[in-house]
Amino acid sequence: MEFVTAIVSSAYQFGDAFAFLVLSACGLAVIFGMMGVINLAHGEFIMCGAYMTVFAVNWGLPLPLAIACGSLFAGLVGMVIERLIVRQLYSRPLDSILATWGVSLIASQGTLILFGPTMRGVGTPLGSFTVGALSFSYYRLVLMATALAVLALLYLVFTKTRFGVLARATIQAPHMANALGVDTSRIYAYTFGIGAALAGLTGGIYAPTMTMIPTMGTTFIMEAFVTVVVGGADVFLGTAPAAALLAVVKASLTSWQGQLAGQIGLLLAVIIVIRLLPKGITGFILKDRA
Amino acid sequence: MIVSRFLKRLEGPQTMGKGPVFWTAFAVVLAAALAYPLFADGYDVGNNIYFLNWTFMALGLSLIWGYGGSLSFGQTAFFGVAGYSYGILTINFGTAYGFGLVSVLVAIAIAALFAAILGYFLFFGRISGIFLGIVTLSVTLALERFMAQTAGPEWKVGAARLNGFNGMSGMPALTLPWFGGEIPLYPDIGLYYLVLGLLVVVYLGLRILVNSRFGNVLVALRENPQRAEMLGYDIRKYQLATFVIGAALAGLSGVLYTSWGQYITPSSMGITSAALPIIWVAVGGRSDLTATLIGTLVVLSVFQALTIYGSQYALVVMGLLLVGTVLLAPRGLIANAGLLLGSLFIRRNGSK
Repeated sequence: MEFVTAIVSSAYQFGDAFAFLVLSACGLAVIFGMMGVINLAHGEFIMCGAYMTVFAVNWGLPLPLAIACGSLFAGLVGMVIERLIVRQLYSRPLDSILATWGVSLIASQGTLILFGPTMRGVGTPLGSFTVGALSFSYYRLVLMATALAVLALLYLVFTKTRFGVLARATIQAPHMANALGVDTSRIYAYTFGIGAALAGLTGGIYAPTMTMIPTMGTTFIMEAFVTVVVGGADVFLGTAPAAALLAVVKASLTSWQGQLAGQIGLLLAVIIVIRLLPKGITGFILKDRA
Repeated sequence: MIVSRFLKRLEGPQTMGKGPVFWTAFAVVLAAALAYPLFADGYDVGNNIYFLNWTFMALGLSLIWGYGGSLSFGQTAFFGVAGYSYGILTINFGTAYGFGLVSVLVAIAIAALFAAILGYFLFFGRISGIFLGIVTLSVTLALERFMAQTAGPEWKVGAARLNGFNGMSGMPALTLPWFGGEIPLYPDIGLYYLVLGLLVVVYLGLRILVNSRFGNVLVALRENPQRAEMLGYDIRKYQLATFVIGAALAGLSGVLYTSWGQYITPSSMGITSAALPIIWVAVGGRSDLTATLIGTLVVLSVFQALTIYGSQYALVVMGLLLVGTVLLAPRGLIANAGLLLGSLFIRRNGSK
């Protein structure tokens, strides 16, 4: 029985870390893979989704609908920001990072001014179950399932829909796609919106487990950054395996030495991985080793 | 003769401002800065050292980012490492027998060593562009989280408690060894002159550096890394050296700040703190030392003036300033003003 408990416990911790890394990173990775832009306001989109979710719950919506609301709202905000700022900077991707950093400052401080330093959140639903002497939260299982569902959904969108085909064409050869009649700036706008909506979803779904503060996005961004750096440009070939790899590092170090060791381990893993594989796991899989 | 040869090394294609007019203006500004304590009381002078403390980190960032083209978003990591090192060293060993000065140098050396190790992995892994920015940013965020959780009594180095989120305090002020005893420099006129002197030395030193052969290679690799490599330069070494110099300057800022306020907190390495140097340097004009220096002082003064109405509003304005600069004046506001001034002056003289 003890053996079973240990296995379940390890699997649970791995799954939890994997879900956190995938959900933190997917919005960032979609935008980066498409446009080569690292959206430094990613954490603020997450915060935006979380706040909207809590508002929606307070208005009386059930939690799943509220999360959808938060995700949609973050996506819309993302498309507005793309239109106003990021679109002007497609020829200067490095400058667009700076601009999104400015947006991030404005958003987190604006939220602080509007809604104060903390807000009453919603409780974690669904309760828990026990295996042996340990108890586990059902909601964490929902998070793991969501992470897998998001990956599956992204895969379907990018391979099976017309939008996905046009988007991949735009990634591979933007000028050629444009010449063949693809409205690439609209593709960019939608992609940015999808990335922001995914961030909003992450915020919404983690909202019941967290304290609602304007800087809550920073909890996610370091993990999001390292996953995208290790993964490289492709969501499926990069982000998912990177999240799996880093989840092993994070879960084992966390259970051995605590939360912080897990984070520092992540960072060291990243620094070592980029020394060996400068283009990330995507580059490794595509045999593009430097 | 010697003066003119010295001046010649300070000028070159990599810096704005040359000739008698610029250096006269420089001398006037310096004289005003030197005379300032005569017209103000020691308390205000001491407070205003705050502005000078940050300029070293900004000049270092200008060197790494503006001249070398490497995005280092985590300069605050080196700031914090040096600040905490200074605190730990001086709380444990005091400042007697010149150890105050030694601990300043050791703290900066620790920051530089940290940068050398990190930079080795980054530059020799040929990380560049965006990834360099987010890895360095992740490093400073991880350090913030690490220091923030050191609240318990088990987190101490010798006699120095790290104190978690509240930060470390109670380290002695900057102390110079002197014949017949040490001189502790509290935020007052003496410290002001010391920091101002350091700033002049660093500013002129960096001008010589960027106008030297090293600086030319640096700008060449910023413009086109492949071309610089084809010409036979090992760009990784140049990038690493620049990164270490910039980190040491950030460390100098960290030590000066820590000894000035006699405290340092983990939030000095957080994402907001990391954004501020980027804003000063971007708004000033990252690819010129003079523009960076003026920009840093101007933006800091604006920020400080706005903080009276509430620091959250000041940060919103900083965000707007960054977005506006990137969209409307990507070279930087001060750099643009400098170019405008320069072109007016040259046209009036009818030369060049």
